[in-house]
Amino acid sequence: MNEFFVAIGLGMCILVFLVLYRVIFGPGVFNRIAAISAIGTKTLIILLILGYVYNRVDMFIDISMVYALLNFIGSIAAAKYLEMER
Amino acid sequence: MAYILATLSIVCIVGGLFFFTTATIGLLRFPDFFTRLHATGKGDTLAVFLCLIGFAIHEGLSLTALKIAFIAVFMFLAQPTATHAISRAGIRHGLKPWVKGEERQ
Repeated sequence: MNEFFVAIGLGMCILVFLVLYRVIFGPGVFNRIAAISAIGTKTLIILLILGYVYNRVDMFIDISMVYALLNFIGSIAAAKYLEMER
Repeated sequence: MAYILATLSIVCIVGGLFFFTTATIGLLRFPDFFTRLHATGKGDTLAVFLCLIGFAIHEGLSLTALKIAFIAVFMFLAQPTATHAISRAGIRHGLKPWVKGEERQ
């Protein structure tokens, strides 16, 4: 089961690097915010997989929960700020 | 019974990885901001839900599985909310939706 989790984590890391193209070259700030939100979602899963690989899920699950909350609040705050700006 | 649960969790996690891949392809290849947001909003939501359910099944009955289920429910509510907020900010900022025949952005 450990090798399976390592393989899934490697696939997720490759996907993160693919999304990073949209963050760097994406036209405009909105594409970048959408891509960063997608990267945060993938990072949540990568943190859980790290917990399974190191056999410390009970510790990594709290970090993952905080990461989910911060990702949500960050995208909401950026969206509200850009909506005000014009 | 253990084999059935392990198979179910592996199927859920691989399905989650598949939906992450399709969402990433949509984010890279769709022509403008709103279509990209459509791909990543729906695909990532389903993928996170499938992955977390797979982890919870693999974990069994414990406090950790309860926390994972809580994250799954939270992401299922929060991800569409964030997507809607970003797309409304784009509309109010003045971005025009792409129509067929225009240049890709």
